[in-house]
Order: sequence, then C-alpha cells, then structure tokens
Amino acid sequence: MADLSMTYPKERSETTTSRKSGWWSSYRSRLTPYLFIAPNLLLFSIFVFFPLLYAAYISVHQWSLIDAPEFNGVQNYTRLLSDGQFWQSLTNTVIYSAATVPTSLILGLFLAIGLNRKLAARTLLRSIYFLPVVVSSVATAVIAAWLFNDNYGIINALLKQAGVGPVAWLSSPRWALPSIILTTLWVRIGFCMVVYLAALQSISPSYYEAAVIDGATRPQQFRFVTWPLLRPTTFLLLILNVIYSFQVFDLIYVMTGGGPGFSTTMIVQYIYQAAFASSEMGYASAMGMVLFVLILLFTLIQWRINRRTEQFV
Amino acid sequence: MVTTTSPARQRFETGGLWLLLTAGAAVMFFPIYWMFATAIRPRDEIFSGAVNLLPTGWVWGNFTAALSRMPFLDWTWNSLIIAIAAVVITVSLNLLCGYAFAKFRFAGRDILFIGVLSALMIPIQVIIVPLFLVVADLGLLNSYWGVILPRAAEAFGIFMVRQFMVSIPDELLEAARLDGASELTIFLKVVLPLSKPIIAVLIIFTFMWRWNDFVLPLVILTDQEMYTVQLGLNLLKGQYNTEWTDIMAIALLSLAPMLVIFVFFQRQLIQGIAGTGLK
Repeated sequence: MADLSMTYPKERSETTTSRKSGWWSSYRSRLTPYLFIAPNLLLFSIFVFFPLLYAAYISVHQWSLIDAPEFNGVQNYTRLLSDGQFWQSLTNTVIYSAATVPTSLILGLFLAIGLNRKLAARTLLRSIYFLPVVVSSVATAVIAAWLFNDNYGIINALLKQAGVGPVAWLSSPRWALPSIILTTLWVRIGFCMVVYLAALQSISPSYYEAAVIDGATRPQQFRFVTWPLLRPTTFLLLILNVIYSFQVFDLIYVMTGGGPGFSTTMIVQYIYQAAFASSEMGYASAMGMVLFVLILLFTLIQWRINRRTEQFV
Repeated sequence: MVTTTSPARQRFETGGLWLLLTAGAAVMFFPIYWMFATAIRPRDEIFSGAVNLLPTGWVWGNFTAALSRMPFLDWTWNSLIIAIAAVVITVSLNLLCGYAFAKFRFAGRDILFIGVLSALMIPIQVIIVPLFLVVADLGLLNSYWGVILPRAAEAFGIFMVRQFMVSIPDELLEAARLDGASELTIFLKVVLPLSKPIIAVLIIFTFMWRWNDFVLPLVILTDQEMYTVQLGLNLLKGQYNTEWTDIMAIALLSLAPMLVIFVFFQRQLIQGIAGTGLK
C-alpha cells in the first residue's frame, strides 16, 4: 500500500479527491493549521486578550463587585495622579529595578566570563549559581525571611560577632527594601549567567585568535570582541529583567507583605491590595493598565534604541 | 579568551579568579544549606543566639513532626494534580500550535503568530483583576480548573516549539502525506518522535512553573482545602512565624521535586533558558 502510493502519488490523490467531493478535501487540508492552533487561540482569547480588554473597560468604572459597575470616565486615572501611595509604589518599583537590573547583569556577565574559562570544578560552580532559578519565589522569600530575621537570623548573628548591628532588616523601612534587593540578586544572577554563558559559547574562537594577532590585551579583547558580540544578549536580558522587576509580586508579598508601612510596596502589590483588600476593581484595573503601558513603552523604547545604535555600529 | 600574558601570571590570575568564584558560590549556596541546617537541628538550638554553622545533631523527626502538624500532603496532592494536568494540556497544545506555525503556510499566519508573541508581553499581574472575574464567571473559583485553564496556553512554549520544528525537513512530512497519512497521524508518528528533546524541555519548564506558581492560585484558591504547596508555605510563614524548624522543613520538602529536576535535568533547564533567552 505504502509502496503503491509512493510510486503513483498523483493517482492516489486523484482517487481521494474523486471519492470525497473535491472541495471538502482541499478545504480540510487548508483547515488543518487552523485546527491545530485553535485551542491555544481560544484559551489566549478567554484568559489573556479578553481580560486585557475587560481591564480597560473596568478601569473607567467604579465597581466594588457588589453593585453593577458605574461608569466614571477617567476619574480612576485622575485619582492615580494625586494618589501619594500610587506614586510611592511606583517610586519603590523604579528604585528596586534600578538596584537589581544592572547589578544582576554585571554580576551575571562576570560569572559567565569567569566560568567560561577552564577552572577546577567549573560545572559544580555553575550549578550552584544556577540553583536559585528553580527555587520558587515563595520558598526564596521564606528562606530569606529566616536569614534576615531580626532576633535569630544568621545574618544578624554574624554581624554581632563582627561587632556590628543588630540591623532591623525586615522590620525597618530603611532596611526592608535592601534586604529584598539582595534576595532578588540571589535569584537573578544565575539566570543572567546562564544566558550570557550560552552567548559566550557561541562566539567563535577565531575572533579572539585574530584579536591576539593584532596584539589585543585581555581587556581590549573584551572591549572590542566580547562586549559588541554580546550586545543582543545584553539587550534581551535588560528587557527581561526590567519586565521581571516591574511585575515582581510573590517574593515581596511573602517576605514583607509590602511593609513595614509602605516601604516595600511595589506597583503590583498595590494593585492586588486595591482589588482584593479594598474591592476597588475599577481603580485596580486602571493601575493595571498603567503598568501594562509602562512595560510596553519601555520595551518599545529599548527596541528603538537598540535598532538605532546597531545601525551606527 | 586567548591571552598574551606570561604563564606564571596567568596561573596567579586563574587562582585568584577561582577563589573569588568559589567564595561567591559558597555565599550563593548558603541559604539552601541554612534551610536544611535549620530544619534538621534540635529545635531549641535555633533560639540560642549563638552562631552554630553545623547542627549539633540531626533530628530527622523534625520532618515527621512538621508533616503531622501541617496538611502538607494535601497541599502536595493539589499541587501535583494542577502541575501534571497543566503539563499534559500545555505541552500538547504547545506542540500542536508550534507545529502549525513552523510547518504550514496559511492565511493570517504571521498576524496570528504576532498575536501569540504579544501574549508574552502581557504579564499575568497586569490582568489579574479581570482574570479573577473571568474565572469567577466561569464558576471555577476554588477548583483545579480555575488555575489550570488560565495558564494552559503558554506563549513561551509555542515559541520554543516553532523554533525547534522549523528545522524538521519538509521532505519527511511530504513523504508521509504521499503515503496517505492524515495530518494528525503525521504529527503523532513523524513530528513527535523527532521532537523528543523539545518535549523534555517543555515538560520540565511547565511543571516547574505550575509547581512554583503563586499569584494566580492565591487569587483563585481561597479555600484552604484547595491550597497548593506554595500557598501552604505562605500560610505557614504568616501564621507560625516563629516555628522556623517547621517552616524550613516544609520549605525543603516543597523544593524536593525541583531539586530532583535540577539534578537530573539540568541540561534541559539550561537549554530552555539559554536557547531562547525568554523568561
């Protein structure tokens, strides 16, 4: 059977067409890809695209879930402008991003370059740096809360031996955010390292050989070979890390709950509180829309800058 | 990198670098170790205030005690059902969809693919409020489906499958078509066997994401009987916030599946993260 159809492919397809009325057969084969993507498309529509439109709709209403939504125009958005807590949460998010993104990129790059060399126990070292990637953010937060515990945490115990502290890590507005930033670095460094390592390994050694022939020193090789070739990776990691830091929630929710006071409340935490603690669905959705636009704008701007600079290089 | 420096100096540099990287690794590993050390040591040692890096004794009974005090096994059961169902659904749908984008030409393909990619741009945190309302309207609050369905379509997976399947030769598919195989048969009998590496990556990542999920279960599963491991751990931290032995024991148990995956499938994990650089 198989042999037959291999030898007479045309004939076979003709017989099928004549058996099942022609239009249906060709229609069906053209339908196949749509059938294959349909389940995903349906799920995306219900659980991603519709909610986004729905958020836009709710964001121009006042709605506590109990009564019907009441249209209130741009009031939710104007309220945002004068809401000190919203600005505080936005400021916290920006500080958090500024502190975590460049640091994890630089440390990740340093680790990748170091662990790309032939070193003893290199695989084990790489694994250790990479390990936090699989640890859930809840577990990370719980472990960090124990390390930073004011009274019995090991960090304060070690500081005490060194004659410093104790520092009120998680219970003071001054130190809570730095504690969270340190914990985030623990999570993100390994991620950046892995992406950079893959990029480094794809750089052909011939570039370095050519650079050495030209008399380039190690720093010069980095400056003129490695760094330019890593540009796309750096760009990608920059976007991914900024998006990550703008939507951070789990880690902080479990570690400090946004406190003490408002000192570690990020924008997503504030959205969550507005929706699920204060039942202000409209206001929460308006903030969600703002966050969405911020992430979108950031990505687009990065994209433009990246494209423009690439043209000049 | 190729070097121009003298061998002695190079050895000195390499040694210094190695020491630095090893010290860094020790710091990075310490939190994991400390979780273990806290979970296993005698309870009263925790509050002694002294720095004992090594536990004076190993009390395995801490784990059974924690398990008897917390419904950890129920949480694990819930998490397992959710994660396994998600793996089956998400991986199947990813493969079907990625295959269509990689190997078919059809009207609207590029637009639809951009649509899929744009789903990557919409983080769940942005739409958590309407998503909660949609799930509530579907009557799925406090049900497994309420957390499985909203995340069943995963743009990252589709993207990875497409990248992988583009390199499957068209001739193979054409030959099967000439053999009279149906499109579904081709997918199951020709495409899937060739896609084992990417299937492994997808299974591992989907399981990891659903096992570690927090914000969606937090909003959807409010009934404590439906709690997942992560919700349970969060509850412990809030309610038993001085019982660090129990908390660390449960945290360690909650990590067990991830640690197993980490040890045995590290290659796939790295491939998934590095290959596309996404997420």
